[in-house]
Amino acid sequence: MAILEIEDLEVHYGMIKALKGISFQVEEGSIVALIGANGAGKTTTLHAITGLVPSSSGRIRLGGHDITKTPGYKTVEMGMAHVPEGRRVFSQLTVYENLKLGAYTRKNKQEVAASLEMVYGRFPRLKERRNQPAGTLSGGEQQMLAMGRSLMSHPRIIVMDEPSMGLSPIYVNEIFDIIAQIHREGTTVLLVEQNAKKALSIADQAYVLETGSIVLSGDAKELMDNEDVKRAYLSE
Amino acid sequence: MSFISYFINGLSLGSVYALIALGYTMVYGIAKMLNFAHGDVIMVGCYVVFVTVINLHLPVPVGILLSILICTALGVTVERVAYKPLRGASSLAVLITAIGVSYLLQNIALLIFGANMKTFTSVVSIPPLKLAGGRLNITGEALVTVASCVVIMVGLTAFIKKSKAGQAMLAVSEDKGAAQLMGINVNGTIALTFAIGSALAAVAGILLCSTYPSLTPYTGAMPGIKAFVAAVFGGIGSIPGAFVGGLLLGVIENLSKAYISSQMADAIVFAVLIIVLLVKPTGILGRQIHEKV
Repeated sequence: MAILEIEDLEVHYGMIKALKGISFQVEEGSIVALIGANGAGKTTTLHAITGLVPSSSGRIRLGGHDITKTPGYKTVEMGMAHVPEGRRVFSQLTVYENLKLGAYTRKNKQEVAASLEMVYGRFPRLKERRNQPAGTLSGGEQQMLAMGRSLMSHPRIIVMDEPSMGLSPIYVNEIFDIIAQIHREGTTVLLVEQNAKKALSIADQAYVLETGSIVLSGDAKELMDNEDVKRAYLSE
Repeated sequence: MSFISYFINGLSLGSVYALIALGYTMVYGIAKMLNFAHGDVIMVGCYVVFVTVINLHLPVPVGILLSILICTALGVTVERVAYKPLRGASSLAVLITAIGVSYLLQNIALLIFGANMKTFTSVVSIPPLKLAGGRLNITGEALVTVASCVVIMVGLTAFIKKSKAGQAMLAVSEDKGAAQLMGINVNGTIALTFAIGSALAAVAGILLCSTYPSLTPYTGAMPGIKAFVAAVFGGIGSIPGAFVGGLLLGVIENLSKAYISSQMADAIVFAVLIIVLLVKPTGILGRQIHEKV
């Protein structure tokens, strides 16, 4: 069953059509990669899903519910969490406070405490630094915090925007390992990445965006062997 | 002895400035706007107490409660009607709107109550404290004002540090987009901030008018500006900064009045502000603001 369905989505910035009617689906339990160059519309697609930009036409469904006109903050409670581009941790708050904000929509204190233990177990460095302001963490640690924070809402699907951006190669590998692990434990992932090679290597399905349209889609492993994809995105 | 007495009166006046400055600084922190109508909420709060307690002879606590409720509703309404539609507009447009709201409130008060000064009666009924064999006299108003300010300050700090809504306020003030991705209702959080700021303004107004019992439609304007100065002085956006800035401002103002010149007091206050900002542009407790690239 598709947990996230995008149907004929169009977004305009003034006169400019940034998304020209794209459609794709994210199956429950899968990792779906959305790849494409700068300006292809990846971030716009995510912003439309999260309600940061209004869509001019089309439908977005989350778990079968139409969320096209739903205020963005309500979709967190409906099971969608985010790892935003550039991490966007709350730099003046501590690691612990950041994680607690990740669980903002949850009421049950025991469940939140259990999630916190789970996140600390997965990211021991966050536990070590729990009382430190998030702004003092390194880039890789902030990325881990952003991921841990997204897990705190106990999501069905996590939308990750360029999680490897600006990280050293060691951290990039670690981050992708973590994404694969989160997925193995049952969370669906929609992954938007410029690092197409890495993204395709862990994804099940992939969609290639170019100037506001989906030009290619299919099994991630097959796309990796596609000559056009190789030439344009895998720099071979 | 007289120095201590001037100092304590300065603390009392400073507490009022601090309470008003909290509203300025919280709203600035979260909505990144200067709400110049904030001072006029004080005046509305005072008129509510005037009408309910002095005209309608309702008990003082009822009058205070009504004043807080009406100011809270007013703050939220102003935000909703005047500022919310301008979210994303240039800060100049918001600033001008705030000045417009300020004039609107003053003129509505003028229409209803006229320009004549109303004599306010103190809502404080505790007797003055006589110390040092009667040579040091601290008024009940000063005691209540300083105590209220400290209690509110401690309560507010705990609320922001410990409560979910308080943490949401910090999150929204740092990054609205990221806060929304956490499931925080950003508009609701901004409205809550206006509500708290306006409630504090009502309290500040009642305390101010209890100490200086004259009420006109312009009563809130000058304390509003001074509190804004206090907020900038302490570092705008910083809650402890508003507290420190407010108290310092009140003390400086009162000591200047006592020892230098009562006409010059305001000039001295603003001169001190200019010096502080020259030395430390972010204010006493203000943080360096890092522009995101």
